[in-house]
Amino acid sequence: MGSESVEEYLEAIYGFNERGELARNHALSEKLKVSPPSVTQMIKRLADEGLVEYEPYKGAYLTGKGMALAQKVVRKHRLIERFLYDFLKLPLEKVHNEACRMEHGVSDEAAVALCKALNSPETGPDDSPIPDCPLDVENCSECEEAREAAGPEHPLTTQLSHLKPGEEGKVAFIRGGRRATQRIMDMGLTPGTYVKMVKAAPFRGPVEVEVRGTNLALGRGLANHVFINVDDEGRPWIRTHPHGPHHGSAPH
Amino acid sequence: MGKSVIFNHLTGLHQHVGNWPGKTVERAEGTLFFGDTEIEVIDLPGIYSLSTYSIEELISREYIAVEQPDVIINVVDASALERNLAFTVQLLELEPRMVVALNQIDVAESKGVIVYTEELSKRLGVPVVPTVAVKGAGLTELMESVVEAAERGERAKSLVYGPEIEEKVDRIASMIEAETPYPRRWVAVKLLEGDEEITTAVYGHQPGLRAEVDDAVASIEEIHSHDISSVIASERYALASAVAHESSSHVVPERGLREALADATTHPVWGYLFMVASILTIFFVIFSFGNWLAGALDGVFAGVEDVYVTALGSGPAATFIWDAVIDGFIGGVVVAIPYIGPFYLVLSVLEDSGYLARVAFLMDSAMHTIGLHGKGFIPVMLGFGCNVPAVLGARIMETERERLICAFVGSLVPCAARSIVIMGLVAAYVGFRWAMLLYLIDFVLIFVLGRIAYRVAPDEPVGLIMEIPGYRIPSLRTTVQRTWFRLRGFVYEAFPIMIAGNFVIQVAAVLGVLGVVEGLMSPVTVGWLGLPSAAGVVLIFGVLRKELTLILLGTLLGGNDFSVFLSPAQMFVFAFVVMVYVPCISTIAALVKEFGYRAAAVISAAEIFTAVLLGGVILRVLLVLGLP
Repeated sequence: MGSESVEEYLEAIYGFNERGELARNHALSEKLKVSPPSVTQMIKRLADEGLVEYEPYKGAYLTGKGMALAQKVVRKHRLIERFLYDFLKLPLEKVHNEACRMEHGVSDEAAVALCKALNSPETGPDDSPIPDCPLDVENCSECEEAREAAGPEHPLTTQLSHLKPGEEGKVAFIRGGRRATQRIMDMGLTPGTYVKMVKAAPFRGPVEVEVRGTNLALGRGLANHVFINVDDEGRPWIRTHPHGPHHGSAPH
Repeated sequence: MGKSVIFNHLTGLHQHVGNWPGKTVERAEGTLFFGDTEIEVIDLPGIYSLSTYSIEELISREYIAVEQPDVIINVVDASALERNLAFTVQLLELEPRMVVALNQIDVAESKGVIVYTEELSKRLGVPVVPTVAVKGAGLTELMESVVEAAERGERAKSLVYGPEIEEKVDRIASMIEAETPYPRRWVAVKLLEGDEEITTAVYGHQPGLRAEVDDAVASIEEIHSHDISSVIASERYALASAVAHESSSHVVPERGLREALADATTHPVWGYLFMVASILTIFFVIFSFGNWLAGALDGVFAGVEDVYVTALGSGPAATFIWDAVIDGFIGGVVVAIPYIGPFYLVLSVLEDSGYLARVAFLMDSAMHTIGLHGKGFIPVMLGFGCNVPAVLGARIMETERERLICAFVGSLVPCAARSIVIMGLVAAYVGFRWAMLLYLIDFVLIFVLGRIAYRVAPDEPVGLIMEIPGYRIPSLRTTVQRTWFRLRGFVYEAFPIMIAGNFVIQVAAVLGVLGVVEGLMSPVTVGWLGLPSAAGVVLIFGVLRKELTLILLGTLLGGNDFSVFLSPAQMFVFAFVVMVYVPCISTIAALVKEFGYRAAAVISAAEIFTAVLLGGVILRVLLVLGLP
């Protein structure tokens, strides 16, 4: 299976998780137009690679690492949709399929440039939110510089709140007001620090993380300011089997 | 962790608690006689940093630099060594004479952390003394080291950052001409960080320096590709981390009961069940005990009154002195000892055991709906018992804004006294469901007013961020001592106001002013709220103690069967007004103590306005619904 199909799966699971649902196998099979057994097989693979977790009979959800990858693809997808709709004046019902084909070919660098050119939109043309910029910038004036520094492929980052219990990562940067940033760093969450998720309280409550040998509770809002690098030794699935599912046709 | 415990151990009963001049931050100082030396000890606020983001931090750094204390004791929690050392690194930059108290070494050992004191001392360049404050262990050695450090007079030195930053710091430090009480290197670092206070002070004197600093900042940000405050925070933590690793070893201990308990008490299901059960138990225990003790005290005071009457007779002068002076004092005692004392005791145990942090963790998202974060749940919950501890408990919030919102919400929670009125009047004569409706209305009101306070209060809201300590057994001595100090503080601050308030009202009664006031109030009480005119006086007296409104209303209307002279709608409206109209005088006293007269007046006025406005609306709705 190629990286494209992995990305399609993650994107689809993201779509469910975004609405607060687990991605059930049959729902994924419908959405991606693939047979239920291949979905089962693929979910198992994704779980082996630490991108999703699967609860039997309930469905799959993204790990922090899966989330970082999914955010990257969804961000590209929705930015492209925005471009097709705003600039090329394509009708709304056509932009999804076009974007699905284009998203896998766009480099991370080009996606950031596209974002800047579109004036960093917050939502796609169907009002679905575009995931946050993964670069260490406070605002768009730092865009070119950060793009230059980051190169064509960006590290995998996601907000601390998306890590799953037991998952680890390294603080990439903190994006927020000065006061919030200072409070977070005063408690030891400085760039480069290793963090491990212990647990998250239900009802979008705070998260408990292990950092520098002690446990900290952070409100969900503050945890969203902290971006975590979840990269490890590259992307292992790229070398795997080259077959993939067809592209889904239903809009998000 | 442990700073105040050490302070209390050192000073014992020789201490004085006040506020820092012009600030609502507590300042505790005391005297210690050690050998033949008399040592003045000051408890600085507990903080994690020396930035300008909180008054506590500003107070501490100013005190250290300006007052130049002989020695600073930096209490470092050995069980959270790295995080605590990050603050030590900041303290060293102020170059004071300093001794590190390496506290909680027992807790650290139970977590598998062994700290090598000598190595740590060598790395930091200051003496390090291991202590277990809750047991008083190591404190004599600590004070010996402190006296020695004071005599030697040697100042601490800053640890050195990475060369590319250190070079910039040196350059800027050498260019500073402005005189500040702070060491030059520290000022240079603060200029780089863009510290508001320091930049204003220095650039005001030396505007040319700004360009130099901006250049240095730009070049550091270029090298590290993070903004300057992250870079410097990271430098400090890198130093702390290096020192911690070089001077301690860590083996992961087996999971024990402590860890299992930690998991269970924040579990998404069991955690909440356990919390509800604990809260109900605490309420039940405090209230049963409080009611019993309050009853016993009432009995004692009735006996005292009998003796008083026998001795002085029941002439107008004697009665007046009893009612106007002594009764106010009794009112205070009957609240403070049975309810507030036990509450402080339980709060202290919950704090020290580590459970309070878990409750804050579980309740964070619920509290966000009224604009507070998780820690705010604790004071609000205590409000159900008595609003006074709720207001005082708001201290655990970080900023003035959060403290004020929390106290405001706490003062709206139906306390035990209000429950007595609701149950005794509405539940007994109108129906239990109507009483529940009153509680429901109150919760909605708390939610709505909380939202409004959240919007109008200045400053940005802050999110929850706190350490989650491991569970441990609180020390008896610390618990008792802290409870005693807090209770004493309450008595000193609140009693004078309660006694004075009682005095004023009694004098007004004797002078016949109350009748006039009743007449003046009647457009509101009779016209708008539809109550009998006697309700005016009852509501005025209710400010003293709300549970007395019921008895007083009966006395004034001439009977104990309220159904004879009040319609169900009137009862409902009366109970509603009593519930909301103004915090009782003890709560107002607590508000004044914590937030000053202005805030207390604004909160009281807002609640009176709400009670009157909604009381009349509710009456009309009830009449439309057909309740007689």
